[in-house]
Amino acid sequence: MSEKIKLKIDGYEVEVEKGATILEAAKKAGVNIPTLCYHEDLDPSAACGICVVEFENKGGYQRSCCTPAEEGMEVITNSKTLRKRRKMIVELTLSNHHVDCPSCAADGKCELQELANHFGVETEAMPSVLEDKEKDKSSVAIERDPEKCILCGRCVEVCENIQTVNAIEITDRGFEANIDTPFGYGIGESPCINCGQCIVYCPTGALKEVDHLEKVWDAILDENKHVVVQEAPAIRATLGEEFGMEIGNVTVGKMYAALKRIGFDAIFDTNFSADLTIMEEGTEVVGRIKEGKDLPVITSCSPGWIKFMEEYYPELAKNVSTAKSPQQMMGVLTKTYYAEKEGLDPKDIVSVSIMPCTAKKFEAQRPEMSDSGYQDVDYVLTTREFVRMIKEARLDFKNLEPQEPYHALADYTGAATIFGATGGVMEAAIRSAYYLLTDEDMDSLDVTPVRGMEGVKEAELEIAGSKLKVAVAHGLGNARKILDKVKKQLEENGESEYAFVEIMACPGGCVGGGGQPYHSSIAMRARRGEGLYKEDSELPERASHHNQAILNLYEDFLGEPGSEKAHHLLHTNYFKRSVLTGKSIAKATGAHEKHLEKAAE
Amino acid sequence: MAQRLNVLVCSGASCLSSGSIEIKKKMLEEIKKAGLEDEIRIIETGCMGPCELGPVILVYPDEILYKKVKKKDVEEIVENHFLKGRPVERLLYKSPETEKLIKKHEEIDYFKKQKKIVLRNCGMIDPESLEEYVALDGYEALGKALTEMSRDEVLKEIETSGLRGRGGAGFPTHLKWKFTKDAEGDQKFVVCNADEGDPGAFMDRSVVEGDPHTVLEGMAIAGYVVGASKGYIYVRAEYPLAIERLRKAIKDAKEYGFLGENIFDSGFDFDLEVRIGAGAFVCGEETALIHSIEGKRGTPRPRPPYPSISGLWEKPTNLNNVETYANVRHIILKGGDWFASIGTESSKGTKVFALSGDIQNTGLAEVPMGTTINELIYDIGGGAPEGKEIKAVQLGGPSGGCITKEYFDTPIDYESLTELGAMMGSGGVIAMSQDTCMVNTAKFFLDFNTFESCGKCTPCRVGLKQMYKMLDKITKGEGEKGDIDKLVELGESIKKTALCGLGQTAPNPVLSTIKYFRNEYRQHIENKKCSAMVCTDLLTYTIDPDKCKACTLCAQNCPVDCIDGERGVVHEIREDECIKCGNCYDVCPFDAVIKTTGELE
Repeated sequence: MSEKIKLKIDGYEVEVEKGATILEAAKKAGVNIPTLCYHEDLDPSAACGICVVEFENKGGYQRSCCTPAEEGMEVITNSKTLRKRRKMIVELTLSNHHVDCPSCAADGKCELQELANHFGVETEAMPSVLEDKEKDKSSVAIERDPEKCILCGRCVEVCENIQTVNAIEITDRGFEANIDTPFGYGIGESPCINCGQCIVYCPTGALKEVDHLEKVWDAILDENKHVVVQEAPAIRATLGEEFGMEIGNVTVGKMYAALKRIGFDAIFDTNFSADLTIMEEGTEVVGRIKEGKDLPVITSCSPGWIKFMEEYYPELAKNVSTAKSPQQMMGVLTKTYYAEKEGLDPKDIVSVSIMPCTAKKFEAQRPEMSDSGYQDVDYVLTTREFVRMIKEARLDFKNLEPQEPYHALADYTGAATIFGATGGVMEAAIRSAYYLLTDEDMDSLDVTPVRGMEGVKEAELEIAGSKLKVAVAHGLGNARKILDKVKKQLEENGESEYAFVEIMACPGGCVGGGGQPYHSSIAMRARRGEGLYKEDSELPERASHHNQAILNLYEDFLGEPGSEKAHHLLHTNYFKRSVLTGKSIAKATGAHEKHLEKAAE
Repeated sequence: MAQRLNVLVCSGASCLSSGSIEIKKKMLEEIKKAGLEDEIRIIETGCMGPCELGPVILVYPDEILYKKVKKKDVEEIVENHFLKGRPVERLLYKSPETEKLIKKHEEIDYFKKQKKIVLRNCGMIDPESLEEYVALDGYEALGKALTEMSRDEVLKEIETSGLRGRGGAGFPTHLKWKFTKDAEGDQKFVVCNADEGDPGAFMDRSVVEGDPHTVLEGMAIAGYVVGASKGYIYVRAEYPLAIERLRKAIKDAKEYGFLGENIFDSGFDFDLEVRIGAGAFVCGEETALIHSIEGKRGTPRPRPPYPSISGLWEKPTNLNNVETYANVRHIILKGGDWFASIGTESSKGTKVFALSGDIQNTGLAEVPMGTTINELIYDIGGGAPEGKEIKAVQLGGPSGGCITKEYFDTPIDYESLTELGAMMGSGGVIAMSQDTCMVNTAKFFLDFNTFESCGKCTPCRVGLKQMYKMLDKITKGEGEKGDIDKLVELGESIKKTALCGLGQTAPNPVLSTIKYFRNEYRQHIENKKCSAMVCTDLLTYTIDPDKCKACTLCAQNCPVDCIDGERGVVHEIREDECIKCGNCYDVCPFDAVIKTTGELE
């Protein structure tokens, strides 16, 4: 039992655990002290100063976000002077901020806007001291507007300490202090892995995705283009909350309906290709386990993780599954299988994906992602862009009648839908790997040890008499813990204790992706994940190998999992990248290449 | 072998820059020429204090001080004084009042009122000679502490002495030591803050350059008390000589066994290392300094935890200023009671001040706490240069405030200075006469603070910028009614909400000049008048037609050609084109150019 302490917040007594901050204590007493740089998931930087409080029994101010509550404290959270101080901080912040709320990506989500509104601060209460600063448009995924940056430090905190990518840091000092990449090369030439966690945690609109919305609208409204769309598993568990529904509500029918009303010509579902990924990756895992070669197999669906691996762990590239991500599998099938089936010229097809992810924008543009002969996925929209699209189309999302997708490329099982949550890919793979190794389904398909928000999860399974140890990590700081262990074991013993490892770049998995709505906290991510597990439990089929549409695809087009055709279209290679610029400097693996060569022989 | 004469050549920063090295070289040559090598020893010392008189040479045992020595004077000194025993009178100090020659340096007013504890060895010994330091009781205190006293006994002695931190805030030293001693940790550290960065401050530099071992000894004693085996001295890179001398001192001390393992066979190990800072002012703030040593960006973090509990690499760390450590050995040798007998009720011992600005005797002076400002600036500092009168002194550098002459009889201690809106700070004293514009002075310090702010917290980063812009406006004659109140309001808010000591004190120069010189601000704003004739935008140059002899000299020197007139034709300045450079005023041989300020009635 941890020690409890009692204190008073505005005269109300409250009991908290020792070590709790004044901010947390106040929350318990029913007061949300205003904050701006603080975020519940991150270590407080104490930069903005807006959360200052006074004390009844002593002088001075303290920042409530980082000051521990003490026994007997008498905290004042609101007073004449506090109001004045806080207002001043908002005024100061606004005086050095490009205020263009109506057209800002964060409008309505901006924490600064909200505070200014709550405090009744006029935009120009203080003369502007804002200097002209150039936007960083060097990246294909993330755009930064330094004129909107309020230097709260959250992006740096998440990039440096949660993701351990270190793509950005605060440079210069005083009024000139700003956030920049190494040597000021820009995000596109930095170690940035495009995970977009910086965007999700940004309190203003200083960070956003590189917008593909205009191009998608243009394609939809172009009669000569056949525009198809796929939606990632996590999207369905997020959309609802943006339209006034409960967090974690799964809205798949409404999502299809919205897409149809917007004007997409065919609606696929990335969940379908998630099942396909399990077939390919599962086959690969089973094969490698049987051969005892290049274990552990590490998952490959998270493009943020892939670039991270290419920069910081290229020596583990041979362990990463060669299977493409579900987005890219769907992309290549769109311009091959679908085109053939529907008698379309692939050059007229525009392939759009809707992803909870900014790294998917980068992945779609990787030169090797064009096995169809065209860029397999043309445009990637984030959840945020899709929400704007629905809003622009003036659709009453909450009340849309559910609609059906293009079933041959949309039907999915419960195994696919949990791809959106941390541990989901592992669980889906285990369900099918078990079947592949034993020819029967598991008694219970639930693999609970790999579920939940614990940073690193491990499980030991018994399949066909042999024991397999698996690990799951989400958030790249957590991933490092597993990867360093694996690396050490491989170096020292030539083998690792793990057979299979799932890594997702973003904390919580894709439900917490960088393309998700601003301020997706860990708590919100957990609820979205729960929504996906609920959908899984309610679906008629819960294992990828039981997806009839997938079986049809193999029969009609691909042959069997791991076939030459499947390898050609659905697998890929990885590169070694510079940790300074993120640029590829060498091919790191030839596993897929070798396979193709072997197949050719 | 004892020499007949010891010649101390000051090599403090000021004397060095006015050529003391050349003088020393020349003196060696001349002595050699005269065949006196065996009789006379030349010693390069640290700062002797009276920088205004530099380069300074002190001859022992005669105690004769030569001032403003030039290379060409050396021959005469050697010939007349060293050979013939007749001191060179024209180079001796003359009392400014009585015009009487003063031969003995101790009789000079500048030295008479001083009490040297910290600076005892400065200017008296060769700072690079461990032997000379040891000859003056060096390392005796460490020996005493380690072999005769328990850790608690040493701590008790420091407590009895009443020593308080000399870095500015005046926190009781024994408490800091006790907190670190009592903190739990497998490794503890002792850190010395030698990141002196106030404009016009050179106290710490002089101590480190003039007597480095005294700092080392103080740190070792602190290490013994708190239980640290490792220490760091954080020095700015702009102090290369200090760095060099510290490194040599550490090396020598290790060779002699005063540092290193098992010092004095006591079982106590203590090692020291110099860490060089890149010169950011904020790195003088303890948490920023710790970050900098750790290799991180030098930005402050919120406290608690205080460094005593969690400091360098999250280990308990005792951090004191150079001058604080320099007092320690004297307290141990002479006892806490002796130290406590010097100074005032709340502030014990002495304080070193660096005198600069409109004062005759610029330089370094150590006085007992409780000495009045009057004594410091008149008796020691010699008052303002002829024709000027000191109207205020700025104490505590850019974080301090000004004190006007009505308060010059205030005894110097931590509390009385803070009460007046100034602060002890690290000990910079800048004297200001009627030729100093207080608005401009405030602007100067604020500019410094704005530039040196780390940029982390909004109140400091943006708030100071806003204040600076307002001051800039006022000094340009664009001030508006209400600006003074706005400055006060903003300044008070910044003080209350900034994260660290830099921001919390940065508005002081503005607030205190407004407090004592509100009228100057008013004149600038309401009458567009700068009575000190400093703010160029508020000056007007005109030509008195009665005095003008139409010589064209002013027109020839006008960089913007805004003076009309030719030989024989009285000149006139086109005011709207005048850039107020003052060239015409300076060159006019007939005093025909008139400089005025303020709107004409």
